[in-house]
Amino acid sequence: MTAIRPAAGSAVPVRTAGLADRLARRPWGLYAAIGFVALLAVAAIAPQALATHDPTALNYPASLQAPSWTHWFGTDESGRDLYSRVVYGARESLLIGLGAAAVGVGLALILGSLAALAIKPAAVVVDRFVEILFTFPTLLLALLLIAIVGPSATTEILAVGLGTAPGYARMIRGQILAAKGSAYVEAAIALGHSRPRVVFAHILPNALRPLVAIFALSVGQSIVWASSLSFLGLGVAPPSSEWGALLDAGRQYIVQAGWLIVVPGLVIVAVALAATTIGRYVQARLEKGEK
Amino acid sequence: MSVIGTAAAVTAATKTIDPELDWPVARLRVDDLRVAFLVAGARRGVVRGLSFELAPGECVAIVGESGSGKSVTARALVGLAGRNAIVEASTLELHHEDVRAFTARQWRQVRGRDVGFILQDALVSLDPLRTVGAEIAEALRLHRWGTRARRARRVIELLTRVGVPRPALRARQRPDQLSGGLRQRALIASAIALDPDIVIADEPTTALDVTVQVQVLAELETMKRRGASIILISHDLSVVAQLADQILVMRAGEVVEQGSAATVLGAPTHEYTRALIAAVPSEHTRGTPLSPVPVPDAALSASAPAPADSRTGPVLEARDLTKHFGAPDGSITRAVDGVSFALDAGKTLGIVGESGSGKSTTARLVLGLETLDRGTVRLLGRDWSGIPERRRRPLRPRISVVSQDPLSSFDPRWNVERILVDALAASDRRGASAKRARAVELLGFVGLGAEVLDRFPLRLSGGQRQRVAIARALATRPSVIVLDEAVSALDVTVQAQILDLLVALQRSSGVSYLFISHDLGVISHLSDEVLVMKDGAVVESGAPDEIFRRPRHPYTRELIASIPEFDPAAIATSAASTRK
Repeated sequence: MTAIRPAAGSAVPVRTAGLADRLARRPWGLYAAIGFVALLAVAAIAPQALATHDPTALNYPASLQAPSWTHWFGTDESGRDLYSRVVYGARESLLIGLGAAAVGVGLALILGSLAALAIKPAAVVVDRFVEILFTFPTLLLALLLIAIVGPSATTEILAVGLGTAPGYARMIRGQILAAKGSAYVEAAIALGHSRPRVVFAHILPNALRPLVAIFALSVGQSIVWASSLSFLGLGVAPPSSEWGALLDAGRQYIVQAGWLIVVPGLVIVAVALAATTIGRYVQARLEKGEK
Repeated sequence: MSVIGTAAAVTAATKTIDPELDWPVARLRVDDLRVAFLVAGARRGVVRGLSFELAPGECVAIVGESGSGKSVTARALVGLAGRNAIVEASTLELHHEDVRAFTARQWRQVRGRDVGFILQDALVSLDPLRTVGAEIAEALRLHRWGTRARRARRVIELLTRVGVPRPALRARQRPDQLSGGLRQRALIASAIALDPDIVIADEPTTALDVTVQVQVLAELETMKRRGASIILISHDLSVVAQLADQILVMRAGEVVEQGSAATVLGAPTHEYTRALIAAVPSEHTRGTPLSPVPVPDAALSASAPAPADSRTGPVLEARDLTKHFGAPDGSITRAVDGVSFALDAGKTLGIVGESGSGKSTTARLVLGLETLDRGTVRLLGRDWSGIPERRRRPLRPRISVVSQDPLSSFDPRWNVERILVDALAASDRRGASAKRARAVELLGFVGLGAEVLDRFPLRLSGGQRQRVAIARALATRPSVIVLDEAVSALDVTVQAQILDLLVALQRSSGVSYLFISHDLGVISHLSDEVLVMKDGAVVESGAPDEIFRRPRHPYTRELIASIPEFDPAAIATSAASTRK
């Protein structure tokens, strides 16, 4: 099992992993990550508790103001308070991230399990299918789906889920195969346990121990992908204050008001980093527990 | 520069002769050696008060079980005890030089030149990416010995000396292209490259087959005759008996007994030494308990196999078992080739063979974990190998298995209770409390208490894990238990307890054992019938007396000749005569 793990771990294409690894090893790094996620949860559930202004209130005299004490993150071209827009955008952004992660990991779970456990011809077909999907770049797969269905929040969730699923599917398949070949599974077979029992009592619980970690890592990654799609105008449309959409809207004013693109960008990076840090921590704990 | 090595050797040789006494004095003097480790700021002593002297041409053996501190001692003697170790001694002299205050740099000078160190596992001790020749030459180069060309010649010479056939070819190969025995000899060659007059060998033969072990021991013997002093670290008394002049028996960091080999082995005074000697299984020990620790009472009343099996005829019958494996390059390995045997109720069939002889594949075939290419297995008179897994499943409780590494055969998420209850469940429809009671009963059979139920296998000792594995194997009241190297990873006193337990369980329950081992001593102690396997085929079979006293096949003869002779009674007689 241990031989497979490093390869499986590196299959997670999260670019912030190096920094997240270092943060996950320090208590303050982990606490900061948890604190930030908690703050975002408040923003998503009760944005009015954190916001300082009405996120949709137009105030043209105050347009494109730099960050100040009244407008912490500055204002946009219509004088809307960017801080409040970021706070109000949290719900949609997080839902898209969580949704996409659920779709991606869920799909990966089905495909990975089938590829590892189904009877021979079916397993080979699924395995090849996953490999074909894996050859497409994540973004390309997502773009393909959006091109067919058209942009919306739901499409975005499905598109990002579909795009990230192949990588996780291969990882889950590897985990299951490792568990399947282990001595304790053989011992269970030798005891005369039925196949479903061996699968559900031994193979899946052991193979899917890292699933929590995979999911947390996937949330961070999905938010980044979803923002990329919104930025390209293929996700949620600009009137919404979803963070990718904020980036897209701020792009036109990059010279006059750089904060419009820098601040939402930093928030996205911070979320991805926090989710990855928590994921890595959980992963490290699980691996430590096995030794 | 090339002179340095030789010059050092010359000085070393002159040093060992004290001109006034005209008597060779010790090359290594150790008095009151203490090693402790700093664990979380606290000192934990692992070796206490070890003293001995090592004369030229002498072999001092340090014997003990895992955790006794013997390997730490070996490492401390060459300055390799590690950064957290505190090594103290009232005397620690190497060639009359006080080495207690040596720096790492000074130790590097000493190692290789004055002291050669042979490690246990040649596979991990040799660099997989370097040729064997480069590895040995490296030892020379580090001490600036000779020119490149001279080193190359020296490598060939060394390989020849340790008995490696075709040394020029072997020197160009990498460790993975060499067999275990050749690797171990290459390691010895690199340890003696600079002709050190002290060689420390830490379990030099533990990972080796007996026929290879005998060659490595012969090489050490030759070195000793040439005047090298050897410190032999081993858990195996029969190996020690071959080579040692002086023996130190260690237990939990302390030397419990020390003296000449003949006295320690022949007339041991300490009870632990006696237990160690008595624990070595052989044909002489058949039918007698190996351990002074009595077998748990519950084992004597272990339940009989399920009543449906009270029938005549062999419980397990294998005919013409054949399994070939194809390699990617198209070659075929005949893992098992035409093996037949029959196992009667309440009996033990021992399968003995060296690594790669096909004995474990035979076990897997018998257990129905591998499909047969040819042949049949019948369990309790019924077809077993020719039926689909679905129909085999109801019969599976009748045959169970205990493997060499019990830890990996337990689900890592489960504690002992779940492991045992899970083993019951397939046929058992009783309630949770009844199952728990049965788990406690099973633990009783193997001498473990109910307090183990909540523990995880990871937190149990090797012996306890193997006991849990046996308890699990007994859970379904099987007729046959396949024991695949089940005691091979255990210390000799723990092995003795487990073997005693197995014998008692068989007597009370009438279960049959298919006992697979590379250890001829264990096989001859336990078996009613023995199968000798080589390259997938049975070369000889019969009663242990016949096989061990009158082997017919040349391979069996070689195998038996390779077992280090270990007969405490004979040593005692010779010890008595020396004393007179």
